[in-house]
Amino acid sequence: MIEVRKLVKSFGLKPVLRGLELLVEPGEFLALLGPNGAGKTTLLRILSSLARPNAGLVRIAGHTLPGEAAAVRGKLGVVSHLPLLYGDLTAEENLRFYSRMYDLEGVERRVAEALELVGLRQRRRDLVREFSRGMQQRLAIGRAMLHDPEVLLFDEPYTGLDQEAAQMLDGLLRQVAGRGRTVVMTSHDLLRSASLATRLDILSRGVIARSLDPGSMQPGELAALYQQVTHG
Amino acid sequence: MAERAARRRRRLGGYLRAIGAVIWKDLAAELRSRELLGAMLVFALLVVLIFNFALELDVRSRATITSGVLWVTFTFAGTLGLNRSMAVEKDRGCLDGLLLAPVDRSAIYFGKTAANLIFLLIVAGVVVPLYSLLYNTNLLVPGLLAVIVLGCLGYIVVGTLLASMAVQARTRDILLPILLFPVVLPVLVAAIKATNGFLQGLEMADIWPWLNLLIVYDVVFTAAAFMLFDFVVEE
Repeated sequence: MIEVRKLVKSFGLKPVLRGLELLVEPGEFLALLGPNGAGKTTLLRILSSLARPNAGLVRIAGHTLPGEAAAVRGKLGVVSHLPLLYGDLTAEENLRFYSRMYDLEGVERRVAEALELVGLRQRRRDLVREFSRGMQQRLAIGRAMLHDPEVLLFDEPYTGLDQEAAQMLDGLLRQVAGRGRTVVMTSHDLLRSASLATRLDILSRGVIARSLDPGSMQPGELAALYQQVTHG
Repeated sequence: MAERAARRRRRLGGYLRAIGAVIWKDLAAELRSRELLGAMLVFALLVVLIFNFALELDVRSRATITSGVLWVTFTFAGTLGLNRSMAVEKDRGCLDGLLLAPVDRSAIYFGKTAANLIFLLIVAGVVVPLYSLLYNTNLLVPGLLAVIVLGCLGYIVVGTLLASMAVQARTRDILLPILLFPVVLPVLVAAIKATNGFLQGLEMADIWPWLNLLIVYDVVFTAAAFMLFDFVVEE
């Protein structure tokens, strides 16, 4: 579903990704772990066609970037630590606006389904700027799911969430992944990532340094291995 | 063949709907917050009032400075609006949200340009009658209104492109006027000259060269922005 070969990205003279290789199978839930500056967000921005790599190949759902960027974007849902929502529009208006940007048919039905999915139907007429951080993040997931994308990219979606909101987001992510979607999530939270993902990749110094099966590891073992890979 | 034509029509329809959605979104958000238009209007009115008190002019000199005062007002108020319009997109990462839509990115540019133009024309619609009252000068000349539309269009076409570029920088508020003013100089000179021509009742033969410059500028920079926008917003 996602194929990345020899990906290189630098900002000025500073290399961020150094020949990164990545393969994600359809239906897989991949958690990308790594310290700050490892290149997680840069990788996700390249996958979502928001940034252009210096070299390398990126293919998503059979389309190559950057040549077929619009086709790729149609198959992607992206959630970042920012909600990508307009504070002066209501929840419903935000979703309606994005539905039009995606040129979707049955806008009202899709908006209602997305609001139902994230449990915000009762608050659909409230302005987004009045929402709590957790509610904004839930609505952001609704926005990302509007066009029923094949691939979902989550860039540190738990940033700034309290315990209750984070648990609610866990449930939503499980629900979304349960629909057979391919998910790539970046995170700093080892335990949460291990409980959600089917594969953990540790990104360090611009390459995938280690790939792990979370089912076969104890939490302590995972933390020790993470330390070893990122500081070793 | 017919299928390809239908696909092209569908794509064009989606493109136009995306432009419409961006315009609707900007107008709806502004109707609720009144932040952008409010700031632009207050600022424009202050500029006109300051000029009114600062320049105690006789009728003859008034006729010669009107065009300058008007375009300085539109330019400053426009810069304020452009900065705010793009800052809203950057604040909650909304620009990324727009760029993630599977539509040619120039649709986003044209939507933002149209919305910004509407805001600037609303400001002009308030400033021109007020200026007429304060300075006792008749500005409601059809030719002059055409100059205002063409001049504002040229200004916004370039301004929206450069604001999209400047918004990525930390110093965006300072950066935009520094980038914008040198590039819009031809449009401002042409607009001021054409405005002067209409106000002083010159022959159309004397005004046409400036109108032509405005039209050419608008066309060239619209085409340039159409081609460049994708590169300006991509990292």
